[in-house]
Amino acid sequence: MDFVNAIVQVLDSTIRLSVPLLLACLAGLFSERSGIFDIGLEGKMLVGAFAGAAAASVFHSAFIGLGMAILISVAFAMVHGFASITHRGNQIVSGVAINFIAAGSTIILGQAWFQQGGRTPALQPGERFESITAYVISNFLSTYSFSTASFADFLASIRGLILYLPALLIDALARIPGFGPIFAELVLGHSILVYFAFAMVPFTWWVLFRTRFGLRLRAVGENPAAVDTAGISVAWLRYRALICTGILTGVAGAYLSMVQNGGFVKDMTAGKGYIALAALIFAKWKPVNAMFACLLFGFLDAASIRLQGSPLPIVGKVSAQFMQALPYVLTVVLLAGFIGKAIPPRAGGVPYVKER
Amino acid sequence: MSTPYAKLPAWADYGLIPLINLSVAFIVAGFVVLLVGENPFRAAVILVEGAFGKGTGIAFTLFYATTFIFTGLSVAVAAHCGLFNIGTEGQAYIAGLGIAIVCLSFDSVLPWWLTFPLAIVASAAVGALWALIPAYLQAKRGSHIVITTIMFNFIAASIMVYLLVGALKPAGSQAPQTRNFLAGAELPKLNWIIELFGAKIRSAPLNVTFLLALAMAFLVWLLIWRTKLGYEMRTYGHSPKAARYAGISETRIIITAMMISGALAGMMALNPVMGDQHNVAIDFVSGAGFVGIAVALMGRLHPVGIVLAAILFGMLYQGGAELAFEMPAISRDMIVIIQGLVILFAGALEHMFRPYIQALFASFSPRSVGMEAVKGKGA
Repeated sequence: MDFVNAIVQVLDSTIRLSVPLLLACLAGLFSERSGIFDIGLEGKMLVGAFAGAAAASVFHSAFIGLGMAILISVAFAMVHGFASITHRGNQIVSGVAINFIAAGSTIILGQAWFQQGGRTPALQPGERFESITAYVISNFLSTYSFSTASFADFLASIRGLILYLPALLIDALARIPGFGPIFAELVLGHSILVYFAFAMVPFTWWVLFRTRFGLRLRAVGENPAAVDTAGISVAWLRYRALICTGILTGVAGAYLSMVQNGGFVKDMTAGKGYIALAALIFAKWKPVNAMFACLLFGFLDAASIRLQGSPLPIVGKVSAQFMQALPYVLTVVLLAGFIGKAIPPRAGGVPYVKER
Repeated sequence: MSTPYAKLPAWADYGLIPLINLSVAFIVAGFVVLLVGENPFRAAVILVEGAFGKGTGIAFTLFYATTFIFTGLSVAVAAHCGLFNIGTEGQAYIAGLGIAIVCLSFDSVLPWWLTFPLAIVASAAVGALWALIPAYLQAKRGSHIVITTIMFNFIAASIMVYLLVGALKPAGSQAPQTRNFLAGAELPKLNWIIELFGAKIRSAPLNVTFLLALAMAFLVWLLIWRTKLGYEMRTYGHSPKAARYAGISETRIIITAMMISGALAGMMALNPVMGDQHNVAIDFVSGAGFVGIAVALMGRLHPVGIVLAAILFGMLYQGGAELAFEMPAISRDMIVIIQGLVILFAGALEHMFRPYIQALFASFSPRSVGMEAVKGKGA
């Protein structure tokens, strides 16, 4: 049982740790598929995290925080677009610039506004996204009542009615002996942003491979001249891809500061944007692969935390630094073409010049 | 027309446009200061006074500048060859390992003037080796050098942490760093040069690596504009197709350029390690490699420009420390914003103001922008 417990715990933290990677990775997928390299995922996540936590603690609402995170993150994505689409600047240089501006401004503004050494105030309940635990579910079931006393009550009751049946089902599942607690820990017990992140995987797949917008977006990343010839604006298409990127990095940032941490801490992305970039290459620019790559990298992270100091059965003691470096090493090995070949979108990194 | 923009007179191209870009970056930074609730003009005065007001300030400014000259040159050499070396940070960090090995072995036996050349060779060699793998993968396997060098930054950081909390740490010590070097690995200070001009210096870490940095700037100029190798690098950077047609070996030129770039990045480690801290500690590079990107872009990839830009950034670092002292709301992270803005406006948005300036020049004197030639071609 102890062993099962340990595995469940590692898997649980794998999910938690891979969510920001997954969101950032899908964000990168949109922009890179449209032919815009984005080194600035890291920076956009960071400003998202800061804006989310700051707005949530000022306005006392998790959803205002999330909205602000998305807004600011999209704004930074637009700066990237302005430099690399409109002014045809070097996309890598622009991404690096965004990372620096984000790293500096979050600390300076955080210090100036909250005076806590670059932190935002610790978020209170209601200001952050709570996890959906078995307790929350059974609490919801026991206190639910249908009321028509006022219009607001009526709306809340309708909303509750929609949630009632799933809640009942989940509650019943969680009560199954043996399987139930594991289920409650692994599948339940996360905040809605986690479910959003995993729902974004099939959604992204659907958008990219089953809609007209997705087809054009992929085309503009492979051969923008062809898209231009078809009378579609390359710039506007790429801007839209970057808006998607901004939204997703905003949610990723909000997850970091409003779910994982309960407040913004300076430099809290700590290289996650770069790992997401590595995962994107590892996934060969495909959404479902991206999920598995992020889960793998999340698992490595979770395992390195879990294994700190304790020896493994076959290989003996593994240093934490080795586990931390493994995602990067794996990506380099992949890039070197030793595990399949990662072929980036053909027009990636090249500014589109309409005519010469 | 190969470039989408017509020619401007050289002084506008190399003087006016960078100046405008830089000014815009600083104006935006001024707005951030305003947002924080401080007076940007007073902040600028404090910054400049802190950097150049006293002898100690000047020495510190030049100390920081030394570091940035190396990283700036490193980025520039790769950029001349069309390669974006974002791995300067990691190459400098891992070079600390080479320096540590040399200094820890010889500091009790040799005088500094023998340890120093050994350390130069070691740091350059380790930095170059760290750049070799990404370069090889780019040349032979087509792996994008930006991504591989980013990955190598993280790998370097992991290795250094592993060694500094393990093998390199003296027994019984808690701090993750090597033991302090003895006198044989301490570089002499250069403060007397500034004292020659009558300024007083209390204690500042400016040391002989500054002279090495200037020498390297000259050598890079020699390499890029006065040698066959430099010509080949520039050719490849300008047009890989043309270089291939001219019979330049792609593999050789990429690997050579990246190794020179890595070696320059590695030598950066000499300045803080042997000149100032006298040990190798965790994260001693602290972002200087990334500053190199800003410095190289601002200096327009020319050694003279890079030295000037490095001094400017040295001024920001030193003045920024003073500023943080005077205005508590502004910490040294303000420099990170300025750095980002400089990279944005001098790098990515380099051509933003160009069309307007061109129009301005054209309205004054059409000949200066080569209008007639363009008309003749019918472009």
